[in-house]
Amino acid sequence: MDTTILAEVSGNISTVGYGLSAIGPGIGIGILVGKTVEGMARQPEVSGQLRTTMFLGIAFVELLAFLGVAAHFIFV
Amino acid sequence: MLLAAEGGFHAPGLEEFYPPAVLFEGTPFELNRIMLIRILVAVVLVAVFMFLMRNPKLVPSRAQSVGEMILEFIRKGIAHDMLGKKDGDRFFPLIAVIFLTVFAMNITGIIPFLNISPNANIGMPLFMAVVSYVVMIGAGIQAQGGWQYVKSQLFPSGVPGAMYILVTPIEFISTFIARPLSLALRLTFNMLVGHLLLVLCFAATQFFFFEAGGALAVFGGLTLVGGFAFTLFEILVAVLQAYVFALLTAAYIQLSVAQDH
Repeated sequence: MDTTILAEVSGNISTVGYGLSAIGPGIGIGILVGKTVEGMARQPEVSGQLRTTMFLGIAFVELLAFLGVAAHFIFV
Repeated sequence: MLLAAEGGFHAPGLEEFYPPAVLFEGTPFELNRIMLIRILVAVVLVAVFMFLMRNPKLVPSRAQSVGEMILEFIRKGIAHDMLGKKDGDRFFPLIAVIFLTVFAMNITGIIPFLNISPNANIGMPLFMAVVSYVVMIGAGIQAQGGWQYVKSQLFPSGVPGAMYILVTPIEFISTFIARPLSLALRLTFNMLVGHLLLVLCFAATQFFFFEAGGALAVFGGLTLVGGFAFTLFEILVAVLQAYVFALLTAAYIQLSVAQDH
């Protein structure tokens, strides 16, 4: 049977992998910052502490996205 | 520069971060552009603080108060916040050095003619991660004694006996392997990705303006604006990563100093 190619994608599939790995942390950071803002609005006097904790949380969540970048360099 | 030589559009790649050697080629002391930037940054950092703190007085001069403001932020905002007053002051020098080094090395990513952050190579972040790892374990052993420290890290209290089969390996990996690696990787990839984005934006601008021609120049305008926006974003990232690195170092020290909870 003759196959007709209508569309072709060239490049590396790992770019899709990075896209996938960015979804989770994206949602995560969104929730994290949103909740922190909520907390700050409720209790402005602890906002300093909340901000520190937020950055800690962001650092952990963001790492997952960067592991997606690292995976590209390791497995290609 | 990248494009003018060969023509056509080339996406930037990892070879950006391994420039050819400049000095002492072939010896173990081989210096490339990135190494030279590291040395320059270290010298500038020391010089700046020697200038700011050259003649400390009780009533600070203008330069001294700038230096004090920076150090006071690290002391109050990071060290005291995470470690409390006593331990905070004890580990303040380390945390301050880590913060300032990471920041100074990050900011070279957007300084014209330097244009690359030495932290984009794994070496520098890994070294700083190892330092904070050693201090973390050292502080834990000093505070609790060797066996007690390992026990408090690997066998958290309040877990039913049989669960230790599961908990202990997880705690081991997360405490003794994932912590230093994640510190190093986070910083490296933040800087690497930031640099690649900037190069991509400005390389695309060059391509659209001078090679694609015609109506495509409009896209060149877009990528140019994007490049400036990312430059501003890189300043934010530089400060934020320095803050996060110092904060996490302090948090790890705190976790290993804390008695069994």
